[in-house]
Amino acid sequence: MSELKDTGFDDPVTVDVTLSVNGESRPVTVDTRETLLDTLREHLALTGAKKGCDHGQCGACTVLVDGRRVKSCLTLTVTLDDRRITTVEGLAAGDTLHPLQSAFIETDAFQCGYCTPGQLCSAVGMLAEVADGWPSAVTADVAGRPVLDDDEIRERMSGNLCRCGAYVNIVAAIRQVGA
Amino acid sequence: MRPFTYERAADVRSAVAVCAAGDAAYLGGGTNLVDLMRLGVATPAVLVDVTRLPFDRIEETEEGGLLIGAGVRNSDLAADSRVRRRHPMLAQAVVAGASGQIRNMATVAGNLLQRTRCAYFQDVTKPCNKREPGSGCPARRGEHRNLAVLGHSDACVATHPSDMAVPLAALGAVVHIEGPGGSRQVPMPGFHRLPGDRPERDTVLEPGELVTAVEVPPLAFGARSRYRKVRDRASFAFAVVSVAAALDVADGMVRDCRIALGGVAHVPWRAELAEAELCGGPATEAAFTRAAGLEMAQARPLERNAFKVPLAANVLVRTLIDLVEAR
Ligand SMILES: Cc1cc2nc3c(=O)[nH]c(=O)nc-3n(C[C@H](O)[C@H](O)[C@H](O)COP(=O)(O)OP(=O)(O)OC[C@H]3O[C@@H](n4cnc5c(N)ncnc54)[C@H](O)[C@@H]3O)c2cc1C
Ligand code: SF4
Ligand code: FES
Ligand code: FES
Repeated sequence: MSELKDTGFDDPVTVDVTLSVNGESRPVTVDTRETLLDTLREHLALTGAKKGCDHGQCGACTVLVDGRRVKSCLTLTVTLDDRRITTVEGLAAGDTLHPLQSAFIETDAFQCGYCTPGQLCSAVGMLAEVADGWPSAVTADVAGRPVLDDDEIRERMSGNLCRCGAYVNIVAAIRQVGA
Repeated sequence: MRPFTYERAADVRSAVAVCAAGDAAYLGGGTNLVDLMRLGVATPAVLVDVTRLPFDRIEETEEGGLLIGAGVRNSDLAADSRVRRRHPMLAQAVVAGASGQIRNMATVAGNLLQRTRCAYFQDVTKPCNKREPGSGCPARRGEHRNLAVLGHSDACVATHPSDMAVPLAALGAVVHIEGPGGSRQVPMPGFHRLPGDRPERDTVLEPGELVTAVEVPPLAFGARSRYRKVRDRASFAFAVVSVAAALDVADGMVRDCRIALGGVAHVPWRAELAEAELCGGPATEAAFTRAAGLEMAQARPLERNAFKVPLAANVLVRTLIDLVEAR
């Protein structure tokens, strides 16, 4: 028997966690290094969230955790038990699309569609933030209540890139639902 | 990424005990640490998740200040009505950083302790004194357009990337720390350190020490404050230069002020020379220009970032003028 070489690497560590995804309880065994994005795509067959950069820079992987938008490529799955995860697959109620999904179709807010699941989840979270009165970098009076105009939409959605440049219609879709 | 064990801290004592035992790191929102682990820059064997510790509130202090829990998410800090009313520059700085998704994840402690975005630091195939002491600093002669002009050393010319830390330095915020040897408090800007010949140390934090809160002392004129950030694109980019300033003006005179600069040094840079020059003097553009010039006269720009010196001075002057003109 040949001797195994020491790679200098420790053994992978696995942990059992129970995730709540789109209202369903999903037990999974994950490597501690695994991100929510990889768990969704590789273990749970939820391939809506996309891997664009894997560095927090593009927003394609955006999902909602406890109703808040986050980047699933920088979220370790082991940190998430007891948390409520919503992916793009969970936005529609059965065959009834989420208003933002309908608006994206109506305003032609995508081309290749790669960024779209992230744009949708981000927009859902963003509209909730505005409803809660959170300021943004373009809110003139940071202590006042923000009004959702196009500048606010653009600033608040700046964490979601679109290589097809569908921005103009993405803003229009969000305005239609949010205004 | 190196495999690691994951521990969820039940309380401060056990978190500190695990981390002090070595080869461990605290995990906040993970927006910086997870990325650095993926890049091979950070290689902890144990991650201690501190996000479920009860440090997620902002409380009033007896002195009328605010005690901000270390685990408060950046977006909750910026959304807090007291922060927005009393210290607009702090709320503005937080929302000027990163993106909505990242601010929902990032914690106050993690933001203070995020590492430099110097490209060599993040690339394990390159030398870097901060990542590997003694290996050299390629940035000094290489890519340093966005690195330091103030307070740098032969060993390292990196900048601290945080927006939030800039108004906190201006406000003299106090970092509350819990460690193996007990608790202590360190006022900013003294929490972050200049690189000197130990660039591997960003802050005065000792191994195993946990940040539990950041205390913002009261500032009577804090409501007249502003954060202004210059970046390479309109949004979602680190600062090239930024200014946090609070100004107390009456009858055309500066009674008091607090100023700090971002994007120019290894620390959020408290502009003490400018503050001293301004206090008691006229609140005029000429006086502001003189004070900004005095502060930036200490700069030692590198070959390709000299533009930051007049830029920082101009942004400071403009911010002060805005504060005078504001109602
Ligand atoms: C694409 C992108 C763009 C960004 N743009 C900006 C920007 O424009 N401006 C800006 O300011 N920032 C920006 N950031 C950085 C972001 O603000 C930081 O990553 C974030 O604030 C770090 O907080 P965290 O809780 O996620 O920290 P983590 O990643 O969890 O931790 C960071 C460090 O802090 C340590 N730590 C965490 N909590 C504690 C504690 N309680 N006590 C002691 N040590 C602790 C960790 O061990 C680690 O070393 C950007 C990040 C990304 C990914
Ligand atoms: S500036 Fe600092 S962080 Fe960048 S390469 Fe030099 S030593 Fe490393
Ligand atoms: S894949 Fe997560 S932000 Fe790009
Ligand atoms: S629609 Fe193609 S990347 Fe946005």
